[in-house]
Amino acid sequence: MNEQSYIDLYKQTAESIKKHSAACLNTHRDKAFERFSTVGFPTVKAEDYLYCHLMEYLSVDYGLNINRLNIPVDPTTVFKCDVPGIYAHLYFMLNDQFYTNSTVASKSLPDGVVMCSMVEASERYPEVIAKYLGKQTANKQDGFTAFNEAFSQDGFFLYIPKNVLLETPIQLINILRSDVDLMANGRNLIVLESGAQAKLLVCDHAMDDVSFFANRLTEIFVGENAHFDYYALENTHHKTNNLSQLLVAQQANSKLIMNIIGLNNGRTRNQIEIDLNGEGAETWLSGMLVSDCNQKTENFTILRHNVPHCTSNELFKYILDGAAEGAFTGRIVVQKGAQKTEAYQTNRNICLTKEARMFSKPQLEIYADDVRCSHGATTGQLDEAALFYMQTRGISYEEARMLLLLAFTADVLEHVEIDALRDRLHLLVEKRLRRQESKCKGCVIC
Amino acid sequence: MLEIKNLHATVAGKEILKGLDLVVRPGEVHAIMGPNGAGKSTLSSVLSGNPAFTVTEGSVTFYGKDLLALPPEDRSREGVFMSFQYPVEIPGVSMVNFMRTAVNEHRKYKGLEPISASEFLKLMRAKKEMVELDNKLANRSVNEGFSGGEKKRNEIFQMAMLEPRLSILDETDSGLDIDALRIVANGVNLLKNKDNASIVITHYQRLLDYVVPDFVHVLYQGRIVKTGPKELALELEEKGYDWIKKEFDAE
Repeated sequence: MNEQSYIDLYKQTAESIKKHSAACLNTHRDKAFERFSTVGFPTVKAEDYLYCHLMEYLSVDYGLNINRLNIPVDPTTVFKCDVPGIYAHLYFMLNDQFYTNSTVASKSLPDGVVMCSMVEASERYPEVIAKYLGKQTANKQDGFTAFNEAFSQDGFFLYIPKNVLLETPIQLINILRSDVDLMANGRNLIVLESGAQAKLLVCDHAMDDVSFFANRLTEIFVGENAHFDYYALENTHHKTNNLSQLLVAQQANSKLIMNIIGLNNGRTRNQIEIDLNGEGAETWLSGMLVSDCNQKTENFTILRHNVPHCTSNELFKYILDGAAEGAFTGRIVVQKGAQKTEAYQTNRNICLTKEARMFSKPQLEIYADDVRCSHGATTGQLDEAALFYMQTRGISYEEARMLLLLAFTADVLEHVEIDALRDRLHLLVEKRLRRQESKCKGCVIC
Repeated sequence: MLEIKNLHATVAGKEILKGLDLVVRPGEVHAIMGPNGAGKSTLSSVLSGNPAFTVTEGSVTFYGKDLLALPPEDRSREGVFMSFQYPVEIPGVSMVNFMRTAVNEHRKYKGLEPISASEFLKLMRAKKEMVELDNKLANRSVNEGFSGGEKKRNEIFQMAMLEPRLSILDETDSGLDIDALRIVANGVNLLKNKDNASIVITHYQRLLDYVVPDFVHVLYQGRIVKTGPKELALELEEKGYDWIKKEFDAE
């Protein structure tokens, strides 16, 4: 469908959308729709979407589950994406619906910690929602953002109250499941009040041999002195078009670890925007990618140092094989007056074939004069001298290559602070590089 | 064990080796010396299977096997070890992982099961002590941030781990680093036995203060033009290479 068809669809179905939606998502819906009608979907003519391939797949006639028909799947039985030893609190999103089932024990969460659907959150925590929802999107003119705000009806809500330390990670599994081509627009909200700590692992999967278009928008608020770890692991398939918008606001002395790992996909754009709004905030943003065939992946990142004395470290590493395409944009904006900012960025990429393509764009905009910023981007091949050296020790070319590739990704995985997850990721990456099964146990399609 | 016959080799289209002959038997130490540009580095590169070098004529057999037909990794598994003049740094690959992979690939080639973790660590510890490799180096990435001397010691450590039948030590122009030379020489002496052999390739006689060769060969214009006992090295140190050049060019 083209832009106009979505505009028409909205006009025809606005009532149904609203009726079956989390109430809080209706507040800005019409406004968002107006904005979308004006700006439309982005095009590659826009600098920020130059390497985005998602638009090419908008013409597919995706179904939208506007009337929230129940999906007859019990994810807990068909799907076991267990990272052994992580013992996480486990939750599921089926397309863009939060899977609420009594067998999923959210009772075990500490007092005051909430993980539920946006539908439920609207009813039970209206004041929290009112305080945080839409704050990060308020000034955005982006077409995909507006589209999400116009069409999204549900998502997950994670809330960690003041000074609560959630030791056990939360794992959220996004499952795309449909018999027909499907679009899923999820809207999520994560709030860590001051002094709170939590770790979230989000796994993306696609289960059926149909085309998917996922447009998920997650607002994340990390309060004063709060610590939040966000790990994303994509293991979808070649028919998946995946847009993940992560919009983060960090308060004073907060710490964010965000690690974005791509192992299998079709077309992906991770749009990550982090606002450092309080002094002493610290960000560790990293990611890695193993890509081949015709997979296309883009990490589009913006770090805004809005106040003095904040630190950000950014590290992205890609391994591109086959005719894969990778893109990285690392925009760091140091606002006027944001003195004593420290911002470091590194992007390293390996193209294993002549057909693989990498586009790397560091963009530093510095409007303060007492800052430390650095950036480095390299794209190249494996070190032939190192390969030969290892061969002369009896290590086969293939194995030597594997050692170098695993070494290449190791420092990104070092940023994962859940031991069991890190070990599991090392294994998944190795299996992926060896072209063995890299999917999580129990996945039936990818 | 090693027989090189009429070896011709080119790099980037230029012929460097022009009919080199050499026979090495178990228990022997051979020194190959020669002026700059004689083809010393080319010889070690060709023997270790560096793809940048092309053999155009001649043969190299190792215990009857055509060495030149083997990929570099199989040469190593057959028992040929190359100590690099400039060992390569491999960031991110730990020494432990690197050596375990190498040892296991050697074992696989011989039809043996992979070494157990405890056996491997025991082996590593023993060899580390033997060549006096600092513990902290063994815990780092391969050669990363090692000093020149540490890199050399690491080469000898790897040699001790893999127990080659033939070691080729390329010291073509690292002659200025006395410590590194001493480490290499000590390693060769330490690991020497009646069943293995070494080829030490060097420009300077100095290395031979520490390691006593059975034969000294002079390489010039891609061929071995003179072979003699260890005293030949002393003569070369004293008189330089000019007299050999003259002798050869006159022929």
